Amino acid sequence: MMDWATLCIIWFVLEGILLTGYAILDGFDLGVGILHPFVPRDDTERRIAINSIGPLWDGNEVWLVTFGGALFAAFPEAYAAAFSGFYSAFILLLFALIFRAVSLEFRSKLEAGRWRRFWDWGFFGGSALATLLFGIAVGNAILGIPLDATGNFTGTILDQLTPYPILIGLMTVALFAMHGGLFLYLKTEGEFRQRLRDWMWRSFGFFLVAYMLSTIYTVALIPGATANFEKTFWAAAVVVVNVLAVANIPRCLHWGWPAKAFASSCVLIATLTMLFGIALYPNLVTASNDPSLSITLFNAASSPKTLTIMLVIALIGMPFVLAYTGIIYWTFRGKVRLDEHSY
Amino acid sequence: MDVVLLSRLQFALTIGFHYLFPPLTIGMGVVMVYLEAKYLATRDPLYEAAAKFWTKVFALNFALGVATGIVMEFQFGTNWAAYSRFVGDVFGSALAAEGIFAFFLESGFLALLVFGWDRVSPKMHLFATVMVALGSIFSSIWIVVANSWQQTPAGHHIVQMTRDGAPWVVDGEPVMRAEIVDFWALVFNPSTVHRLVHVWIGAFILGSFFIMSISAYYILKGRHEEFAKRSFSGALLFATIASLAALVSGHFQARSVARHQPAKLASFEGHFATGPADMSLFGIPDGDDEVVHLDLAIPGGLSFLVHDDFRATVVGLDRFRPEDRPPLFPSFVSYHVMISLGMMFIALTVLATILLWRGKLYRTRWLLWVFVVAVVGPVIANEFGWIAAEVGRQPWIVHPPLEWTADRDLVVGPSGVVEYDDTLGLRTANAVSPSVTAGQVLGSMIGFGLMYLCLLAVWLYVLDQKIRHGPEAPAGADDTAHRGVFDVAAVRASHQESMTGPRRPESGT
Repeated sequence: MMDWATLCIIWFVLEGILLTGYAILDGFDLGVGILHPFVPRDDTERRIAINSIGPLWDGNEVWLVTFGGALFAAFPEAYAAAFSGFYSAFILLLFALIFRAVSLEFRSKLEAGRWRRFWDWGFFGGSALATLLFGIAVGNAILGIPLDATGNFTGTILDQLTPYPILIGLMTVALFAMHGGLFLYLKTEGEFRQRLRDWMWRSFGFFLVAYMLSTIYTVALIPGATANFEKTFWAAAVVVVNVLAVANIPRCLHWGWPAKAFASSCVLIATLTMLFGIALYPNLVTASNDPSLSITLFNAASSPKTLTIMLVIALIGMPFVLAYTGIIYWTFRGKVRLDEHSY
Repeated sequence: MDVVLLSRLQFALTIGFHYLFPPLTIGMGVVMVYLEAKYLATRDPLYEAAAKFWTKVFALNFALGVATGIVMEFQFGTNWAAYSRFVGDVFGSALAAEGIFAFFLESGFLALLVFGWDRVSPKMHLFATVMVALGSIFSSIWIVVANSWQQTPAGHHIVQMTRDGAPWVVDGEPVMRAEIVDFWALVFNPSTVHRLVHVWIGAFILGSFFIMSISAYYILKGRHEEFAKRSFSGALLFATIASLAALVSGHFQARSVARHQPAKLASFEGHFATGPADMSLFGIPDGDDEVVHLDLAIPGGLSFLVHDDFRATVVGLDRFRPEDRPPLFPSFVSYHVMISLGMMFIALTVLATILLWRGKLYRTRWLLWVFVVAVVGPVIANEFGWIAAEVGRQPWIVHPPLEWTADRDLVVGPSGVVEYDDTLGLRTANAVSPSVTAGQVLGSMIGFGLMYLCLLAVWLYVLDQKIRHGPEAPAGADDTAHRGVFDVAAVRASHQESMTGPRRPESGT
């Protein structure tokens, strides 16, 4: 059996992979939802947008569910502290995700204009709110929250709505909107696509502004977030790749390489998640009131036995997961085609 | 109101609503595999129409199951943080296994099942259907394992946590948690298998009653009759076997409860004084006076059920301190409602099977009407079965161990009652999130309540629209080219009129 510390780090990395997978995959789903009121103009276009993610969004959301389940199993202390500490935010997130899911499902079931309009807004609202809340959660995780000796949150909801988390939340909305726009661009044709171009530039612009503001804010005002980058030399490489990925997106858009732009956007999201992980390490939940109360991955972890069992489960399960994901993405590759089974 | 009560109510609300859907999808999944395999084997377009119709209904139910299911996973952390800390090492791994093994399987292949009809070969599509059905069954395995471990914990030990290498103490109290010792003992804890079988049977009954309800409606209205009769008779066979099996499985489960959670069984039956026990058929339990009013009971019935002996001793509630007893009224009522409904399912399905066998079923209109509404029965039975299981476990969220004497009695303390070791279990009252306020829980519960009320209404509305629309007419005669002449003749005969057009009720074959 591996020693406990190694297992803890492996699970920290695996959680990071699950979160990255979720952010990249559901990121474009959520982005398609955020762009929904702006880009498609009529019912057919809206259906094309929705069906671009129709067969995919449910599987993509499982990455989040598995991330949550694995956090519960591998780091129960962190799961308990974060989920109960961010109670109101998580409940709102649940409302958003439920509403979004049923909007997708219900929308196509009746033809009536008002019915569809309602669920269109549900799809947009659920997607935008969920994305904003994810960003706010990340922002708060970087800032830290006040904890007591057992790891319980001692503040109020208002402590979590400070400028920094809101800034990160808005950046995430712009990021996913751009990511979703790039995805939709790959899945569509014709005039719809031309309109998407404008929105890709627009959302990139929003993202760039928020990205620069949050970078300045983080570097200037949150020393805890940058400490690890001074100690770890390879962390600098992640920063460089991250910046290059941002820079590559307008380049690809300009030259008309949408697939490369989408790939850059995936790299961008992956490196942002890595930066988040590096900034947190070794904490899972940072205590803003007293660093010694922070919940680190080592004191939040399950027993070595459980971590080993889970590792075996993950090693058996992950190849299957990748295989299913591959089959589904392959089956539904190419431009969206509407048929009688579509949403 | 206090956080514990509100959190329990919220959990009951969210799981109760969620649990409308999983048994439906588990039960319907099996039927869909059957219909699609039949289609592949016979190439009868009627089976294809049936498979496609039920897939659409299935997808709707599945989507609601998924949407409301995420809540369940998050809620352990949001509302039950103390519980999550105590059980995470054990319970979390079952949940993570569910995610990896079941959810990815279901959600991935669901895409092929729903959107893939024209994109993959029929064989691949059947494979996807099988995978979705399997996925929903896998997911039930892991969640039942996790629940059963709370009821009859095994394969773990309770240890003090360490922090930075030293034993962890907060405010002078050591911080304890459950950790896995033996994974397979945990998975196959004493109640897993009985519970799982019972859950599956419950799902099969609900799924088949759901299909029978819609089919009976079509038969009565004279629409899609051929389709409806095939669906009905297939589902009826399934429902009859499942209803009878529920009785057997319930019996084994009751024995397991008697052995591992005697306070729960005593509450189910309103059995107060340790000794020979009656089996109550009806009554109103009264915990204050320790009697069951209006009691209609089989003398010695419970003793016989548990020990095959009408005079055997069964532990009663008098072996437990008042604060260690489950709430009597909800345990008793939910258990009895479940059992009465189970008996009704047997009566209904056996009667219908006999009539079907004698060729009279589809002319017995009153019975078909009963089947149209009878789907409510399995919904209630499934819900009440879980209420009985969960309320009967109280006041524990993780049940502590019990010791037995040689003569089927519990080891008790000097005062004549069981003295549980509180450190080996966890009381529900101590399991909630310390940082969450009553106001927050009340707010979220109102939110869930309103949202679920809307979802329920829209779900029923959309379902109704789908049922009104009905299955598509099977594709033309081309599909029948390579089949036997009798099959073609039979299909021709039953298809003289449009499949979707109205027909006179009695005109079926």
